Amino acid sequence: MSEITEVPESHGEHIVSPKVYALIFLALLVGTAITVGASYIDLGPWNPVIALAIAVTKATLVVLYFMHVKYSSKLMKLTVLSGVFTFLILVGMSLSDYISRAWGQW
Amino acid sequence: MDSHATAHSEAHEHPAHLRHHFMDAAQQKESATFGMWLFLLTEIMFFGGLFTAYLVYRNWYYPAFVAGSHTLDIKLGMFNTLLLITSSFTMAMGVWCSETRRKSGLVWSLIATIILGIGFLGIKTIEYKEKFELHHVPGSSFSAASFVNPPLDAQGKPKDTPLAPDMAIHTEVYFSLYFAMTGMHAVHMILGIAILFALLIKSAKGQYTTGHNTTIELFGLYWHFVDIVWIFLFPLLYLISRH
Amino acid sequence: MSTLISLPDQSTARVPKKNYITNENGIMSWLLTGDHKRIAILYLISLTFFFFIGGAMAALIRLELLTPQSDLMASDTYNKVFTMHGIVMIFFFLVPSVPATLGNFLVPLMVGARDLAFPKINLLSWYLYMAGGCLALYAMITGGVDTGWTFTTPLSTHYVNTNVVTTGLAAFIAGFSSIFTGLNFIVTIHRMRAPGMTWFKMPLFLWANYAAAILMVLATPVVAIAIVLVALERTVGIGVFDPTKGGDPLLFQHLFWFYSHPAVYIMILPGMGVISEVISTFARKRVFGYSAVAFSSVAIAIFGFFVWAHHMFIMGVSNYAALVFSLLTMLVAVPSAIKIFNWTFTLYKGSITFETPMLYAFGFMGLFTIGGLTGVFLGVSGTDIHLTETYFIVAHFHFVMVGGMLMAFLSGIHFWWPKMTGRMYPEKISQLAAVVTFIGFNFTFFPQFLLGMLGMPRRYAAYPPEFQVLNVFSTAGASILGVGYLLPVLYLIWSLKYGQVAGDNPWQATGLEWQIQSPPLTENFTEIPVVTQDVYDYEWLERQKEHEVTHVG
Ligand code: HEM
Ligand SMILES: [Cu+2]
Repeated sequence: MSEITEVPESHGEHIVSPKVYALIFLALLVGTAITVGASYIDLGPWNPVIALAIAVTKATLVVLYFMHVKYSSKLMKLTVLSGVFTFLILVGMSLSDYISRAWGQW
Repeated sequence: MDSHATAHSEAHEHPAHLRHHFMDAAQQKESATFGMWLFLLTEIMFFGGLFTAYLVYRNWYYPAFVAGSHTLDIKLGMFNTLLLITSSFTMAMGVWCSETRRKSGLVWSLIATIILGIGFLGIKTIEYKEKFELHHVPGSSFSAASFVNPPLDAQGKPKDTPLAPDMAIHTEVYFSLYFAMTGMHAVHMILGIAILFALLIKSAKGQYTTGHNTTIELFGLYWHFVDIVWIFLFPLLYLISRH
Repeated sequence: MSTLISLPDQSTARVPKKNYITNENGIMSWLLTGDHKRIAILYLISLTFFFFIGGAMAALIRLELLTPQSDLMASDTYNKVFTMHGIVMIFFFLVPSVPATLGNFLVPLMVGARDLAFPKINLLSWYLYMAGGCLALYAMITGGVDTGWTFTTPLSTHYVNTNVVTTGLAAFIAGFSSIFTGLNFIVTIHRMRAPGMTWFKMPLFLWANYAAAILMVLATPVVAIAIVLVALERTVGIGVFDPTKGGDPLLFQHLFWFYSHPAVYIMILPGMGVISEVISTFARKRVFGYSAVAFSSVAIAIFGFFVWAHHMFIMGVSNYAALVFSLLTMLVAVPSAIKIFNWTFTLYKGSITFETPMLYAFGFMGLFTIGGLTGVFLGVSGTDIHLTETYFIVAHFHFVMVGGMLMAFLSGIHFWWPKMTGRMYPEKISQLAAVVTFIGFNFTFFPQFLLGMLGMPRRYAAYPPEFQVLNVFSTAGASILGVGYLLPVLYLIWSLKYGQVAGDNPWQATGLEWQIQSPPLTENFTEIPVVTQDVYDYEWLERQKEHEVTHVG
């Protein structure tokens, strides 16, 4: 039967080399240095934005390389994204209440 | 059209670590990794509740959060970040060693990870201890006095901008979150280190360098996740308005 | 009355000697088992136990409300009784009900696998469930807790002096049991399907449990952290929800309902899965709009995350947020309605028979529709201001949870009983039980809608005398309902020994689980099946039978 196709896609074993690990490690160190440095400069509202942007970048690097998601199946990538998505719903929809409380009555 | 035709009539090899209900080792390994990721999703949501609380109160009580954040030692925090990132690196190297069947490499990577992890907790203990001495631990012993009248530096000037008393009491919210978040993180570290010891003993016996290293990989995922949490905690708790 | 039951010749038929029940003996072979079917049985027994504990509490509540005065027990005691009723029924019965029993039993059978992906974690989930359950009982015996099942702050953190922390811990532990069940289902359905079992050949039961499993994994941890924070607030005195320290009690509710709204779908989705299987089998038709029903399960799971603040309309959320959450609540009713319509169309021109599972399924369809529609009333924030915290809420959620989920649970238990035990339940008396349940249910809960409209608040031991008539109706109905629930326990136990031998496929159903012996072997399939037929393909089944006849004869 030609229909019998959907055996779960298996991904070949991909071994990430120490060189890649070392590069990511370096990037994480640099990221830490930049965060600390940036926090001492007065950028007004941009301070937290930059801090978070750097943190997100670092986290992404860890997820993609240390945690091998870059080399994993689509399913694994979707799984990670769905976690981030639900996290954002929790934070975003909760904050929508807190932010609009100050708008008062109509 | 027989629905009960056999899928695998040929006898496939059954290595010792392959459980009977999986068709082959690849399926077993994928399932395990997938399961671990689902577990990490629950961890994301678990910390998600804390991050929500943090964001709400940071917006409400920004001055209190700034003042609270300034009492943390940025050097210790940064040093801890370095320790944890390095431990993530050593853990990743451990995974590589087990993949490429380097037994002593794996053992030393795990030892390094354990030492770095314990170092992190040690520094955290020093930081916590200071908070106890300053009465900055939420609960009955909490005192916001040092935020209304900040301690003076050598020149007799206050070290930080004083807060009005009604804002100063809200530093307790900041410290509640500080302890809840770093505490939950520390609990995860302690669990992780306990597991690391078990893994260390087994890998010293050569367990994970024979081609079947799923356990090490799964633990690696956990350890990196704990690292990621700290990557967010550090700027959010230590680096509020430092200029 | 026509029936489709086809049993083997009773004079010669035997329950197969070798099966998952007889495979090993001794209590330890059960307590340490990794077999998903045995774990399902463990769950079934313990769930039934907790159901009757919760039921006893319900009986006390209804007895107290027979009269307007608070006379049977003190108001304090009443608070504890309804709290424990809610906690036991929700965390220890409804959330695990279908997934942990029927789901555990059937998911591997339906995907064509030998077991769930992680048998040890499955067993662990049962132990966690038991640990949580025992802790809850311990908290109940040593003084109880009176916050309501919602642990609402600041009541739970400041004003009550009961076992909040212990009970919270119990719910926390039970939460992990449910996370592990969900995790196991997701991995199994993704990774362990038999060759040829594509997503769109999966029975709808699997889709429904898959959707519920997503909710279990993603929503439960949030209530866990909320409970941890409440516990820390009570024990250490941190100030996250404490208004005197600047905390916001509503934040607790955000976190709690972020879980507990999806939790109502954790409770109902697996039940919807059961109904799809039962309706299709007893109407002898493929479920109408299979993919619509399948996707509506996933849609319910996703939309379910966007509506939680409809439980907080009057609690002080912003008007703007209330508006948005109210609109989104309307959205979530759509996929539920899709299911109801599709089941109805499945019945249209079907060859319907009225065995017990089907009777319960009919009960489900009617009562869930009422429950869901009243949910829409409540989702309109204007109407909700009048109806919230009245008996209307109580009626709404009992229509969906008891009229919906419990009916689905019983439907499923009857439907798969022959597969689980190898024997039939007695048909006539069980049909009677189904009818009694339906009547009792309506008498119990319909008056509560009226009481709610009239303004009777929930969670009080006493009420104005003019509400008594309807309350007496409700209590009378509850006693009928009680009989309806006791009957199945008795005759199902009886049938274990005296029931007719069921054979492999008494319903002539199409699912993979029906093509193997009942009760199944420990390894389920001697050879992993290759799936070529479509789901709910009754013609394939007919041909299969002819095939057998020509070959044997
Ligand atoms: C079909 C769509 C549904 C809608 C639109 C809906 C809507 C609502 C709304 C707006 C409330 C809040 C009422 C208030 O507190 O003022 C509510 C309460 C409730 N609903 Fe539903 N609901 C639906 C289905 C369900 C289902 C399927 C279940 C359970 C299986 C359920 C269980 C509950 C429970 C337990 C409560 C009360 C919680 C409490 O305060 O103790 N609902 N529902
Ligand atoms: Cu809801």
